[in-house]
Amino acid sequence: MSEMIDANEIRRKYLRDGMLPTIFCNGCGHGNAIDYTFWAIEELGINMDDVALASGIGCSSRIPGYINADGLHTTHGRALAFATGIKAANPDMHVIVFTGDGDCTGIGGNHFIHAARRNIDMTVILLNNFIYGMTGGQLAPTAPKGSIATTAPYGNIEQPFNISELATALGAAYVARWPIFYPYQPIKSIKEGIQTPGFALIELMSPCPTAYGRRNKLGEIDQLWAWYEQNTILIEDYEKTMRYGTEEEKAAVKEKFLIGIFQKAEKPGFFEAYDRMVKKLMANDDAKWGGGGAE
Amino acid sequence: MTITIIEDWCKGCELCINRCPTSSLEKSKDLNKKGVYPPRLKEENECNFCRLCELICPDFAITVTQEAGEERVQKQKLILGGVAR
Ligand SMILES: Cc1ncc(C[n+]2csc(CCOP(=O)(O)OP(=O)(O)O)c2C)c(N)n1
Ligand code: SF4
Ligand code: SF4
Ligand code: SF4
Ligand SMILES: [Mg+2]
Repeated sequence: MSEMIDANEIRRKYLRDGMLPTIFCNGCGHGNAIDYTFWAIEELGINMDDVALASGIGCSSRIPGYINADGLHTTHGRALAFATGIKAANPDMHVIVFTGDGDCTGIGGNHFIHAARRNIDMTVILLNNFIYGMTGGQLAPTAPKGSIATTAPYGNIEQPFNISELATALGAAYVARWPIFYPYQPIKSIKEGIQTPGFALIELMSPCPTAYGRRNKLGEIDQLWAWYEQNTILIEDYEKTMRYGTEEEKAAVKEKFLIGIFQKAEKPGFFEAYDRMVKKLMANDDAKWGGGGAE
Repeated sequence: MTITIIEDWCKGCELCINRCPTSSLEKSKDLNKKGVYPPRLKEENECNFCRLCELICPDFAITVTQEAGEERVQKQKLILGGVAR
């Protein structure tokens, strides 16, 4: 990472510090996502007037409220639909969405699938904490099997969503997953996500001590954060183990969450393709009506 | 080296204290508005300006500033898995 400026400067430029302290619980990872986004924006040298934020509903969706940029705090699950609208109205904006696992893949699942499939130009920072945090801990579609939630008091029996793999399969241009406590990788991925034309998903695994950690007996804050260290493995290390490891080593890594960059594809985003189409049709039209068309 | 704490923003998670690779932070002796003990730099410390505490704090409560002329130690080691615990 290049020269880093003073954190006071970062706060002064990007944080609505009148809103602090945040509403997040002690030990919640969501706050880090705000800070990492600031560093990414700072390193890219983006003017906040060119940034538009969108979010749905949930603890994670409160994030735009702390950021000194225009934003839409919308209805539950609909952040991506609003974000698409912003981008359609002004394609020059950097549209950044903050959303949760419940917001984006529960109630908003279909918006997510189609925004990723259509490769709509936006950067989605999804805080996955395996739970509906804000409403007190109902089972999210991302909760690992066996998870305890208010609506799964005997343990989750459902197959969870693997959000990053889903987005990868849908052809999103950029997909990365990181636990929130490694600062540098998320910052780099947010930067890359903002720079990538098309749909960029940065899934940040964020600990929720209140509604998930405590109920699942994952220990105090520090232990809970360490859980993410113990239960994740870099994609490259996973692949190495699967190729050269012993049967036991393979069995052990299969239990873990893959982290790293899942997809990095260079292809036009939806609005670039759309723009090209419009230009082509207009040129045809000009030719047909004897205007200044090229053909 | 200076570590400044915005004390009333600290919620007391102690992640900074637990994750500092040089164990340079400790709980202070005075309660803040939230009723927790914010961290402070130990009197004797080996803080190396890695700035992990600043980045890992979920609540924007820590600022690490370097004084003029101070030698800057880089933080390469902190990448994946390198966090001393
Ligand atoms: C239409 C509608 N249904 C349900 C709710 C209640 N609700 C508010 S937040 C939330 C879940 C949010 O979960 P997630 O997106 O994972 O955010 P977290 O709080 O975990 O960060 C639900 C179900 C609502 N606000 N609106
Ligand atoms: S309930 Fe969970 S997600 Fe919401 S602020 Fe608290 S710790 Fe964070
Ligand atoms: S800058 Fe690094 S070494 Fe210094 S107190 Fe913070 S975490 Fe510890
Ligand atoms: S990481 Fe931040 S909130 Fe947590 S104890 Fe340290 S200063 Fe306080
Ligand atoms: Mg959630």
